[in-house]
Amino acid sequence: MILIILKFILLPLLSPLMVGIVRKVKALMQNRQGARIYQPYFDLWKLFHKDEVISPDASWIFFATPYILFGLSILVLVAVPVFGSVESLIPFSDFLVVIYMVAAATFFLALSGIDVGSAFGGFGSSREMTLAALTEGVLLFALLPVALLTHTTNLALMATYAANLPVTSYFAVITAFLGYIIAMFSETGRIPFDNPATHLELTMIHEAMILEYSGKRLALIEWASANKLLFFALLGVNMFFPKGLTQAGDPMALLSAFGISVFKTILLLVVIAVAESSVAKFRLFRLPDILLTGFILGIIAILVAVI
Amino acid sequence: MIATLFLMIMSLYGIGAFTSLLFRKNKEVATIYGNFFAIAASVLGIILGGEILLTQTVLTGTFPTSLPLFSLTFRLDSLSAYFLLIISTVALASSTYGVGYMRHYFSKYNVGVFGFFYNLFLLSMVLVVTANNAFYFLSVWEIMSLSSLFLVLFEYHNGETLKAGIVYFVMTHVGTACIVAACLLLYGATGSFDFSTIARLSSHIPDAIKAAVFVLALIGFGTKAGIIPLHIWLPKAHSAAPSHVSALMSGVMIKLGIFMMFRFFIEILGQGPFWWGAIILAIGAISSVLGVLYALSEHDIKRLLAYHSIENIGIILLGLGSSMIFLSLHLPALALLAACAGLFHTFNHAIFKSLLFMGAGSVIHATHTRNIEEYGGLIKHMPYTALFFLIGSIAISGLPPFNGFASEWVTFQSLFAGISLLDVAGKTLFLFAAGSLALTGGLAAACFVKAFGITFLARPRSHESEKAKESSLWMIVPLGFLSLLTIIFGLGAGWIIEGLKQILLSVGNFGVAFSSSSTSPMTIVAQNGFAQLNMPIVFLSMVVSILVVYFFTRVISAKQKVARGATWDCGYIGLEGHMEITATAFSRTLIMIFKGLFQPSQQHQVEYIDADIRYLKKSHAVNIATENLYEKYFYTPLQIITEGISRKVKVIQGGNLNEYLLYIFIAIIGLLVWMRYF
Repeated sequence: MILIILKFILLPLLSPLMVGIVRKVKALMQNRQGARIYQPYFDLWKLFHKDEVISPDASWIFFATPYILFGLSILVLVAVPVFGSVESLIPFSDFLVVIYMVAAATFFLALSGIDVGSAFGGFGSSREMTLAALTEGVLLFALLPVALLTHTTNLALMATYAANLPVTSYFAVITAFLGYIIAMFSETGRIPFDNPATHLELTMIHEAMILEYSGKRLALIEWASANKLLFFALLGVNMFFPKGLTQAGDPMALLSAFGISVFKTILLLVVIAVAESSVAKFRLFRLPDILLTGFILGIIAILVAVI
Repeated sequence: MIATLFLMIMSLYGIGAFTSLLFRKNKEVATIYGNFFAIAASVLGIILGGEILLTQTVLTGTFPTSLPLFSLTFRLDSLSAYFLLIISTVALASSTYGVGYMRHYFSKYNVGVFGFFYNLFLLSMVLVVTANNAFYFLSVWEIMSLSSLFLVLFEYHNGETLKAGIVYFVMTHVGTACIVAACLLLYGATGSFDFSTIARLSSHIPDAIKAAVFVLALIGFGTKAGIIPLHIWLPKAHSAAPSHVSALMSGVMIKLGIFMMFRFFIEILGQGPFWWGAIILAIGAISSVLGVLYALSEHDIKRLLAYHSIENIGIILLGLGSSMIFLSLHLPALALLAACAGLFHTFNHAIFKSLLFMGAGSVIHATHTRNIEEYGGLIKHMPYTALFFLIGSIAISGLPPFNGFASEWVTFQSLFAGISLLDVAGKTLFLFAAGSLALTGGLAAACFVKAFGITFLARPRSHESEKAKESSLWMIVPLGFLSLLTIIFGLGAGWIIEGLKQILLSVGNFGVAFSSSSTSPMTIVAQNGFAQLNMPIVFLSMVVSILVVYFFTRVISAKQKVARGATWDCGYIGLEGHMEITATAFSRTLIMIFKGLFQPSQQHQVEYIDADIRYLKKSHAVNIATENLYEKYFYTPLQIITEGISRKVKVIQGGNLNEYLLYIFIAIIGLLVWMRYF
């Protein structure tokens, strides 16, 4: 219980830093100085202290969505293992529950995109739901091989058992990880799926939906996106590269496991930032091809894992 | 006590039917009688179903008749009681709803006749789940089909409705013909029309006969359930009927196809070979994905919902199919879980689909159109309907914390079990099914963002939507009741699964009785701890987390103000309804991605201000249409072939008496030869 509350407070505090790191690396890749890695904290602080302008067309869905989005994003963060097997007691730490909580958040975000009645928001929602619908299967099939290899769908147990898998199952795990990366790029709106830095109407997806938000609600949504990025990075490193997670329960072991998790996450995010800087954004109608590749990688991983 | 209740239910529906017919001159009175007795009967139905489930009794009996073979034997075991609960719950909501909804038919149609068929329809459904004799069953099944046909035809001034009725009439009778054939085959093999007797003797039925019965029953009950490709009647008929009847048809009647599949494939025929389950699993996977894809391309709200019924029937069949596969491989524990998943989703779908259909009915009532493109902004005029429709949408998309998520979770778990335990062929099949289910869930969410978003959010797109009014309490209360059930069934998923296990064990063929799991029934446990789901905790943590965020934000930004300002539109002033995204545009991306399945066609209609210069457009309309591939490639050729054969056969009908005498003579000779030598 203490652990849950600790994670509930700690992990969201960490997530803007991760966004800052990714932005910094991308800036360096583009030969720019870039903002400090703490900049997202200042942005959030600023937004929380601004007044809001909300369209008269908006209904309660538009008002409530940021809270729902942020609430769900913390919950999935809490469900991801960062310490080790002690977290298997978190009752919603099941991979289907987590995937569908992410989907529920997307559902509400898409509704709020339609809610204010601008053409931007509607098209953003349409594109977001198209991608989300196709990504759900990729994500599920990327995590399923690990679940089948470790005989559990509890995220913490999956991670701890995955640390002791024999070398023969590495192929399945790596293949699944490649599928997972594709799903992660799609879900967190990275290039080649979406460009988190653009406001060009032809290309944007996520930004189009949240165009009408301002002030504290915008802050919550931005922060929730940061949480989602941290969630996918943490889940990725700890499901597929679980070295460092502990089975012990004493504070020192937990602390070091947490440190290692964060370190691995930063490493993955740096890799993602570099990868993102070296590809161009794809056309919307080319994206299903990438997702299909991810889906097939998942199928291969599952078949290798269980045969 | 139980028998009295059962008789009371039947007589109440009967009284409802006839009083409504009797007072048809006075529409107010006819509506009240027709619905009031149905409400009373359905409340009793809930009590009776609950009573039988709690006491685990089986009620059997026979009404005396003078005809041989046609004995009116009824049997109410716990599976029947479960479906009686489904029927009665939805009937309670829809009959209450009907009091308000029927009003807008007063000036145009005969409400009394409607009440007659409505009660007859409900009565026949109750009789279908309790019938225990093939003949008797077929009669009430036919009454159910015909009474629902008349309900579909209720708005007979509309040409579309008549067409829908004809398609429904033909398809349902093709199905019934197959069921008749299946029952006759069973009679031939066992010498009895009594379902219990057939079940007892089923081990003596030769495999070939069993296989034939399986295929015929699958086609027969599959037509009623609306599996692809036998579904073509479903979107037409369900959209033509009045909304609360659509709710009953989509929520309950098609489930009786599922009920009979459970009866036939699990109880009566017993353990079948692997391929039976494999076929059902494959049909389930295909129906679920295609159902939701067709729903995406619809912008008639009731047709959209009808296609979602096909999708959900597919999900239920995933449970049933994997259960049958596990049974054939002697894995009773997994078979039990998978069958639970199917039955649980059956009830869940009945609840949220009737909720959605009635919600759609309220919207149609307020705007007088079924076209989503003309809705918009209704959440401001109809806040309660919108809230309840939203709850239904979340549930049907399989998102936590409602009941749709719980049953899809259990279905997923049984599919995962298949992937990890079977041989390579089996694994591939289950993998295919799991992939379909994942895709279905995602697409359903996309489709309901469209259905809810375009209908209720943003600005009104037509004059009708602008002046829409919230519907009367008669129509809101049933929606609230069903929404509440959606939440309760989500929270109580663990207990319900435990209860379903008891029901299925009593139906039999799951072999060993097992010790119930050590954990509390709050948690659903799959495959000996492979996975656990605790729905109350999921629900609670979502609520708490969102509330914490809310109060945290209140504290941080306590002083900030909210101003209202127009939606940003790149400097253009005066956004209008038609500038928002439309339903067609919303789903266009997905339709283009799956264009191989849809074969969409685009037509542009451009009107220029000056036809010679063609520079400035006056208007530009785009029509995106999708083909009905089943009608084009299957049903139309079938119809042409049938007509061709009929024309050929017509030759022997000469009208000459001597000719007919000759036919009789040849037939007798033929029969004698047959009797002598075979």
